Amino acid sequence: MSEPVRRESDPRSIAGKAPRPERHVAVVVVGGGAAGVAAAVEAAEAGVEVLLVDENPVDNDTMAMDVPLYFGQRMQPSVRNRALMLERVVESNPALASAYEAGVDVQLGTCVWGAFVNGPTVQELDAPLLGLADERRSWLVGYDRLIVAAGARDVVLGFPGWERAGVMAANAAFSLLTRYRALAARRMVVVGSGSLGLRTAALALEHGVDVAAIVEIAPRVRGDAELARSLERRGVPILTSHTIREARGRVGEVESVVVVRMDDAGMPAAGSDRELACDTVCQAVGLTPSVELLALAGARLRFASALGGWVPELDEAVRTSVATVFAAGDCAGFHDAMLADPALARRQGRLAGLAVAESLGALGRRDAEGRRAKLDPEPPMQPPREVHGHWQAWLRSLIHAGGWEVNVCQCEEVTRRELVETRPPRYLAWQSPQMSARGLGTLLRDGPINQDQIKRLTRAGMGPCQSRRCREQVALLLAEATTTPVERIPLPTFRPPLRPLPLSVLWPGDEPPAMRGDWVSWFGIPTQFSPHWEAGMAMDEPTAHGRLIMSDE
Amino acid sequence: MSDRQGAAVVIIGGGVTGLSAGWWLARAGVDVLVLERGIVGWEASGRNGGGATHVYSPFGLEEQRLWPQMDELLGYPTEYQPYRIGVALTEPQLALARRWAEIGATRGFRWESLDSRQLKELVPIVGDNAIGGTYLHFGGHANPQRTVQAYAWALQDHGGRILQHTTVTGLTQRGGRVTAVETTRGTFDADTVVVAAGPQTGLFADMLGVWLPLAPARVEMIATEPIPLMSCGGVAGNGLYGRQTLRGNLVYGGGPHEWINVPDMAAPDHPNTPLVRNLARRLAELFPGAAHVRLIRAWGGIVENTPDGLPVIDRLASPGNVILATMSSVGFGLSPAVGRGVSELVLHGRCQFADLSALSLGRFAETPADWRDRAGWVSAGAPVAGAAAGDGADE
Repeated sequence: MSEPVRRESDPRSIAGKAPRPERHVAVVVVGGGAAGVAAAVEAAEAGVEVLLVDENPVDNDTMAMDVPLYFGQRMQPSVRNRALMLERVVESNPALASAYEAGVDVQLGTCVWGAFVNGPTVQELDAPLLGLADERRSWLVGYDRLIVAAGARDVVLGFPGWERAGVMAANAAFSLLTRYRALAARRMVVVGSGSLGLRTAALALEHGVDVAAIVEIAPRVRGDAELARSLERRGVPILTSHTIREARGRVGEVESVVVVRMDDAGMPAAGSDRELACDTVCQAVGLTPSVELLALAGARLRFASALGGWVPELDEAVRTSVATVFAAGDCAGFHDAMLADPALARRQGRLAGLAVAESLGALGRRDAEGRRAKLDPEPPMQPPREVHGHWQAWLRSLIHAGGWEVNVCQCEEVTRRELVETRPPRYLAWQSPQMSARGLGTLLRDGPINQDQIKRLTRAGMGPCQSRRCREQVALLLAEATTTPVERIPLPTFRPPLRPLPLSVLWPGDEPPAMRGDWVSWFGIPTQFSPHWEAGMAMDEPTAHGRLIMSDE
Repeated sequence: MSDRQGAAVVIIGGGVTGLSAGWWLARAGVDVLVLERGIVGWEASGRNGGGATHVYSPFGLEEQRLWPQMDELLGYPTEYQPYRIGVALTEPQLALARRWAEIGATRGFRWESLDSRQLKELVPIVGDNAIGGTYLHFGGHANPQRTVQAYAWALQDHGGRILQHTTVTGLTQRGGRVTAVETTRGTFDADTVVVAAGPQTGLFADMLGVWLPLAPARVEMIATEPIPLMSCGGVAGNGLYGRQTLRGNLVYGGGPHEWINVPDMAAPDHPNTPLVRNLARRLAELFPGAAHVRLIRAWGGIVENTPDGLPVIDRLASPGNVILATMSSVGFGLSPAVGRGVSELVLHGRCQFADLSALSLGRFAETPADWRDRAGWVSAGAPVAGAAAGDGADE
């Protein structure tokens, strides 16, 4: 056999055009909450170079898209004042000072929109990369270790009128109240009486927002009984066995919400509708870990209802299935105790910081073990409860009270009915007997339900909010409609950019000349698009290189 | 298993080529079974640019004839939209766009030249950097996701069968024929076998002792939030292919590919890389009026190429009841015609409406085994031994 001949690599391929990061740091921590700051400080104090990024303050236009949290247009105009918001973000997070002191490079107002790693079909990268962006530009950062402390997202459910300004969710309310001091709400109805709902109500009262009621589908309060009693003493009615019928109002605003009592059969009790005046409906049914960055970084996820849904697989050192990636705080698993005691998240953050320092050789094993031993032990707590059964109960009640003609996806205006009937989008105005005969039932005959497939057919989840408002309720609805356990519905994929970013922001200012010079729209194989009736004819796209060397020349 | 679970025609691969072939066969009353490793149309067939303008191909005239009828023929929407606009920012780009148009003219299609003012009227988001363009009164584009599902459903409506989540593990040969297809869900007898397995088609050829040189590569696309609908959504240029969807999203791809290795039958992973930024730049250059528009999604896909970039659509001499079908990375738009052509190869032994001699396997008989090295079509990394974890769907 002759020696294999190796010529220069295909100039139209990515070879030799690998993106260069603007900088490389030993450790990137994503998220400046309790876990992220603790991780950054711990690693920095061990002598490791640490970059801590946090997307707050988020700009008004992004908030208006309900990204990254469900702000429901309840931002005060002051969120447009970037300088003021930056001050407030720093003021409201005293722990950041400890990060600065420890020498952590803290970048606020900076989001992470992508994680890029080599794998079976990507071999081009010299090192794992993160895509970062502020409101003006994007750039790439390489890392040796990544600690994701991205927090949790609200699980929201639709009801008639939930498109109105003023329907929002708890995590966004927390953020606007405590971080931005810019919640534009006067009178709020809170949906959910778990720890999350009760704490939302208490925080609202503390900040001078009236709480018209707490609505709970379960027959009794789910959260701390003492806190519930204190709220009731302060005049907040807690309406158990109730659900939301509708949010009403003029000019796209919320002016009232109609609640209804559910009878023993789980149906709306006749004559029990009550209209509560309010300008805000805050959904506080539950949170789910923000795992999108972990997913892009290649970390294996598992379903754990007691931790809020899909969570990263972690070892005792909070390391994910990817040896260079760690997770801490709510994104590693959310439950009520995390909400009650930030020390839990801080402890996870410190574990992550120590693990990272140890894995980089900045700490010896004995030193790291010593520092781990000094951490406060995890406080005793109740084992967390599974939550998805409760979320399903909420969904069922909302269907009974509000019907099937309710948007499950606001961006693409897909109703619950259209979802389970797998209707093509309304703008196609398509009707055929064949299409009418198709639905979830016929799809199920061909294989297990797959949310990504339903997304392609109905467009539910394909809008600018990047399925933040519908991801969980689509999964719950598919589970409900097909009597599939929700954990058996595969997690829909996450794709970059993880934040909706303008083309002009993503625009690479650092593009290598070869990228531009050899750019072709397809493979640049001259014979690929040549007319079949003109033998030998080549259709070549204009590039810096004249032609491609073919196999048999 | 006692009950016969084969079919007259077993098609390996539920991508757009296999599904279309299966649909044409089912329409003709043939007992057809499609075996799909995952979900129909899940790979490149359902995640491409949706272009339907390939008049240069032996299948080109049939492609142009069929697309306007496809919604009606299938009974499901494909979102097919006619016509294309080419935008040029430079003289070489303009020459390329005109060359494309002239190829169409050779086949009897009409086109006209656009100056920058006409271009701006038709495509309000182009900028002053556009020097001119072309308006093709032929060609078009469709929604790949909707189209692959339409083929699959229409195939079933005609009595054909599809088995998803079924990986083919082997081919049983007897007496110079493939008599059965072995899978993770049992063995299926077959009178005729069509292999339309995308990047894996070469692995099947290998099982049959046939040399089919294929190089797989990963490519990427991006999608923006919706913007107001333009009168013609089939606008491309500046080294990008793509379209505005009927929802209003700008969906485009282009730029460098990454040659990879496909070691086995497992579904490959297809992540994105920082190339999404370069794509965003090209798109903002093409449409300065949309530079502020937000990118909301990106995805990747795996496609395969033959050494000359042309399809192989051929009935093997031995085993004599096997048809190989790879479209060499350009399969979606041509699928209505290619499926019909493959169905005729099955039914009549030859394609009656097009001359497929240029697409025969025989042209690679002398291609050396190390052709990828010679062409530089090689992966940057070491060959990958293990199977990749599959990922899900995108645009």
